Amino acid sequence: MIGLADLYRAQFRTTLATQLQYRVALVIWLLGLVLSPVVYLAVWRAVATSQGGAVGGFTAGEFSAYFLATMVVNHATFTWIAWEFEYRVRQGTLSPLLLRPVHPVHRDVAENLSFKALTLVVVLPVAGLLSLAFRPTVATTPWAVLAFVPALALAIALRFAVEWTLALAAFWLTRVEALNRLYFLAALFLSGQAVPLALLPAPVRLLADLLPFRWFIAFPVELLLGRLSPAGALLGFAAQAGWLAVAIALLRVVWGRGVRRYGAVGA
Amino acid sequence: MVSVRGLRKIYVVPEREAGLGASLRSLVRRRSKEVVAVDGFDVEIGRGEVVGFLGPNGAGKTTTLKMLSGLLYPTAGEVTVLGHTPWRREKAFLRRMTLVMGQRNQLVWDIPVVDSFELNRAIYRIPDGEYRDTLAELTDLLDLEGLLRKPVRNLSLGERMKCEVAAALLHRPAMLFLDEPTLGLDVTAQRRIRGFIATYAERYGATVLLTSHYMADVEALCKRVVVIHHGRLLFDGSLAALITRFSPYKTVVIDLDGPVGDLGRYGEVVSVEEQRVTLRVPKGEAAAVTGRLLADLPVADLSIGDPPVDEVIDRVFSEEPEPASTAATGTAAR
Repeated sequence: MIGLADLYRAQFRTTLATQLQYRVALVIWLLGLVLSPVVYLAVWRAVATSQGGAVGGFTAGEFSAYFLATMVVNHATFTWIAWEFEYRVRQGTLSPLLLRPVHPVHRDVAENLSFKALTLVVVLPVAGLLSLAFRPTVATTPWAVLAFVPALALAIALRFAVEWTLALAAFWLTRVEALNRLYFLAALFLSGQAVPLALLPAPVRLLADLLPFRWFIAFPVELLLGRLSPAGALLGFAAQAGWLAVAIALLRVVWGRGVRRYGAVGA
Repeated sequence: MVSVRGLRKIYVVPEREAGLGASLRSLVRRRSKEVVAVDGFDVEIGRGEVVGFLGPNGAGKTTTLKMLSGLLYPTAGEVTVLGHTPWRREKAFLRRMTLVMGQRNQLVWDIPVVDSFELNRAIYRIPDGEYRDTLAELTDLLDLEGLLRKPVRNLSLGERMKCEVAAALLHRPAMLFLDEPTLGLDVTAQRRIRGFIATYAERYGATVLLTSHYMADVEALCKRVVVIHHGRLLFDGSLAALITRFSPYKTVVIDLDGPVGDLGRYGEVVSVEEQRVTLRVPKGEAAAVTGRLLADLPVADLSIGDPPVDEVIDRVFSEEPEPASTAATGTAAR
């Protein structure tokens, strides 16, 4: 464990140093990240106002709160591994990683966390500034805010495990772009990023309940905003834990087979 | 240290003819072809040996190195390196070996070299004291002072390669697989890396298996060479024995006091530089030809030697016919 902590520290420093070399690119990238939730937010606020103040139980102020929280949660949980992995497999840069006496997943976890730590420093104040402009209304409870912390941690772990496993498709497919697009489109709607799930038709909502996406975005967001009952919160934690177990088990199996294939066809 | 028995590797590669029709057909019916990269060979390497691994492009050198270092699963055969089966990639094995590939960089492009080293320290769990000692030693041997603080992207190819080699050796591996460690480097940088590898191997009793296109590397470092061709073992022995076995010629160099005429009747004229003529003579006739040269011509100086190693190797690869069994690669539809 000490060795692993040391590795994470070293990887943390490396990522910070690398990212700080590209400050301008980082700022532009963050702008993009902020922009799309602001668009959703503006649209839904306009719809709510035109409908006489509320749509599907959301007032304009509640839409603001929902999309600002979603922006932060999406930022905390997102990964870019699916694109990176294809490059690694195609260019062979995975090979040196395989010959290190540590599982490559650690490098990605450490890199992801350190990148988030760096960018949250910007994202949180931006969310603060946006809330001055869009005046969110929040009626939450202390227990919900406290429960949000483990829910966010589980959400980060779950999304990482799901997307790392998805990224392994690169072992079998030469081009994973189509698959990635499909995944991100599904995630956009079924996680509650584009639309609060309550506004979706019932069959789609059922689908969202059954798939892992909502448990890593909509669930922590709704919890934080006090929109869930204690029972709903417990159900959410159970779903997160269950999906996390499934995703990790899948990750192990797929990784083992993928590496075997990589080693068979030419590393 | 390294024990290889009946090692084989067959790649299955997709096969498609050019053209739209062929592309469409391949959607329905994928054709693939088996390519034999390594066709069964045995080799034993003892602790502390520095062995040159030679063969033309496509002979199976890199494939073999990848199997020995654990990146590739063989199709058949048994391999033990440091007491481990490499492709299981057990941590105890990975901590004691290294693979350096000339054109792959492990260093992080955007940060100073020493930060990449620091990352390797954590990855290999090198104790602080040992890390400091090794780093100081490598800095001294490879002349890295002044490079350590520079971002990798600002280094020249030669500087980068020195740093790559250092990064690969920070954990003091007992087994080194080096694939073209001097590729693309100028003569000075090549010599530096070469000298360093020799020093490292001697100081730590490390075993080294190295491929190189530069025979100077092999001559300077390797007492023993293993030659593979078309995936099969062609030769295993000393460099001198390789030359004796594969070169049917001797090189005779004479300096003449007087005009240089046509010396074609004594042997094949390789070069004429002012008064110096280099001849290639069949080995069995070298003594007789020398006698005739001395009797017929005003010879000021004469020497007989083996042709350059490069030339011999070249000859081995260009003249050795492909074995019949590997020529037939199976074609199968999947």
